[in-house]
Amino acid sequence: MLIDTFLYKFGQYVLLLKTAVAKPERFSMYYKETIRQMDAIGVGSVFIVILISMFIGMVTAVQFADQLGDSFVPTYYIGYIVRDITIIEMAPTITCLVLAGKVGSNLAAEIGGMRQKEHIDAMEIMGVNTAAYLIMPKLIAAVIVIPLLVAISAFVSIIGGYVATVLPGTLSHTEYVLGLRSYFVPRYVFMMFVKASVFAFLLTSVSCYLGYYVKGGSIELGEASTNAVVVSNVLILLFDFIIALLLT
Amino acid sequence: MIRTIDIEKSFGENHVLKGITTEFYSGKPNLIIGSSGAGKTVLLKLLIGLFTPNSGQVLYDDVNIFELDKKELRQIRMKIGMLFQGNALFDSMTVGENIRFPMDMFTRRSMKEKQMRVDECLEMVNMEGINNRYPSEVSGGMQKRVGIARAMVLEPKYLFCDEPNSGLDPQTSILIDELICDLTTRNDITTVINTHDMNSVMGIGDNILLMKNGHVAWRGDKSQVLESDNEVLEDFIFASPFLQRLREDALKLRHGGQ
Repeated sequence: MLIDTFLYKFGQYVLLLKTAVAKPERFSMYYKETIRQMDAIGVGSVFIVILISMFIGMVTAVQFADQLGDSFVPTYYIGYIVRDITIIEMAPTITCLVLAGKVGSNLAAEIGGMRQKEHIDAMEIMGVNTAAYLIMPKLIAAVIVIPLLVAISAFVSIIGGYVATVLPGTLSHTEYVLGLRSYFVPRYVFMMFVKASVFAFLLTSVSCYLGYYVKGGSIELGEASTNAVVVSNVLILLFDFIIALLLT
Repeated sequence: MIRTIDIEKSFGENHVLKGITTEFYSGKPNLIIGSSGAGKTVLLKLLIGLFTPNSGQVLYDDVNIFELDKKELRQIRMKIGMLFQGNALFDSMTVGENIRFPMDMFTRRSMKEKQMRVDECLEMVNMEGINNRYPSEVSGGMQKRVGIARAMVLEPKYLFCDEPNSGLDPQTSILIDELICDLTTRNDITTVINTHDMNSVMGIGDNILLMKNGHVAWRGDKSQVLESDNEVLEDFIFASPFLQRLREDALKLRHGGQ
């Protein structure tokens, strides 16, 4: 029964995405909607991403400095560890988990609300491919903007590490920068962007899917919104592991 | 003209429509009436292709819409205007943008031409000058008119109205009915109205389809309603003692006060 439901929903999700990837009826309308979504997803999330990333960087640096204690590991390793943890894991994963909560729930509620208020039916009757018009601009916007947010997150986290360790005098500016410049592997940046793009696609498409097929009233809309966050989070963690296996 | 031939529709065990064969004519309002659960909304959604029947045909000028591919169906839908029970106006857009939306999506008209058409449609529903207001800033009756203006903007051949009078006071209801009727006759549109409103039945019911339990229980026009001895129709239209007395008085008057 559970497998049946899973297969049914997965099939429905794939078919929806197939319908969503279609030639736009009017390119300018899709372009405008994509720009609007880039603003909503990107600009609307910058503050929360910066705030969280700053603290992630600060906490990582402080805790690693504490673990090093009086060991023989050179202190400049703090900069090196903050950089790599941030780029490989924290920036893409934590940022996307946060965005699943903020953007994912918002997308599911927005599309679900349109379904309940018959806006989607109204567009269908006008002849609009609603799956394409409502989902494709959001997907494109998310896949462009979320990796940029992740890059901002990585940058701010590294600054957070600097603020938490150099300013109180735990290590010097030179040591932190030396750590940042040590053992740099460019492939990790590539991995960060791969993760960010995959997570962006997952959280947007799953949230749109759950909103698009919402039925019933406000309770079901709330459930769809919650499920969007839960399912997106689980998928992000699952794909985090898969990408780690594939790219390391 | 729209015809349905032997339409059957079930949802699981629930057999909602049972062999509906009927016609909806152009140039006059066609009303679907019936008590709740009779299958009116399902029939309306089938007519516009939002539901697919288990069997039977829906013919738009002899074209069965369920034999069309998605692209052809979209072509037909561009000739359809629909007024929803809850208006379905997009909250994030102004009234003007709502009305302009189908033109933005499907036409290559310049912004000036589109703006002129928006003004024309607003004038048609007596709502000039509200282009820049949001749907939430206008009354329910005004929202209905804006919904009609949006439905009419691409000059549809077919107009569907789901409960156009719901939530409106009797005077506004009559104005909305008159507006729909006027647009239908003036533009020779095939208009199908799903309603509970008895004023609409007696006011604009040129072709009435009464449904009960998924069947067509009665067909006729407003002039035949008073004289009909169909029990389902009597139970539905003249449900209250007041309306029954009114009917008796009207019949007496019609037959010379005997």
